[in-house]
Amino acid sequence: MNLQVEMEHHRNILIVRLSGELDHHTADHVRMKMDETIQCGLTDHLVLSLKNLQFMDSSGLGVILGRYKLIKAKGGKMAVCDVNPTVYRLLDMSGLFKIMPIYDNEGHALSGLEVVS
Amino acid sequence: MSKEKAMERNFMTLQFAAKSENESFARVTVAAFISQLDPTMDELSDLKTVVSEAVTNSIIHGYDSDPEGIVTITAEIVGDTVTLTVEDRGRGIEDLELAKQPLYTSKPELERSGMGFTIMENFMDEFEVSSEPGSGTSIKMKKRIESKKALYN
Repeated sequence: MNLQVEMEHHRNILIVRLSGELDHHTADHVRMKMDETIQCGLTDHLVLSLKNLQFMDSSGLGVILGRYKLIKAKGGKMAVCDVNPTVYRLLDMSGLFKIMPIYDNEGHALSGLEVVS
Repeated sequence: MSKEKAMERNFMTLQFAAKSENESFARVTVAAFISQLDPTMDELSDLKTVVSEAVTNSIIHGYDSDPEGIVTITAEIVGDTVTLTVEDRGRGIEDLELAKQPLYTSKPELERSGMGFTIMENFMDEFEVSSEPGSGTSIKMKKRIESKKALYN
């Protein structure tokens, strides 16, 4: 599958790094992997790092919005970081930045979420 | 660019099974065909995105993920303009106006974002849907490619 999910906990913040192509075909895999980890505890907040994401379409937006709802329902916060210009346009168009912050890199995202938590 | 060159025409047709693994194949193939116009990276990723949106719609909504379905893409280049059509013979769209509303989705249970049509409208210069319930949907989109070469001339 042309999509890799790498996950790492930083205290109660789950960092998810996606690389490859996030479309309808790979969306289920990403959703499953993330939900498995989120459900097993430890995760209050979520940082989605999109540095190595080469392609994303509206199926990816669905995955991001779905995880946002999940985290929010648990009382947590979510942020995205390292977004390339093409993906940025998609996120902007969908109004995503009205509901979650965007940061330049993981470090900024982590400190941003630690401040609010 | 001479006048004859400006109106030069090229086209291709692609047909494949309505399987999600073909989404990537479809967008990469269309991008490879368009690359003869020397598009910028942004233009190329816009085109890949709209192909992905239209094909995904055909698979999920047109054919309800039935891999027996067939999706047909035609790409035509006339001068510096690309016309893409993405067609299926699936169930069609009952209410087009509703389907085009940003964030509307008929399949919220599949976590669809409802942004497909909005993205296609935004990324292309022209966008047109024709659909008939029970017999299929056809999406026609146009975009003028500002060739990288033109920037240097």
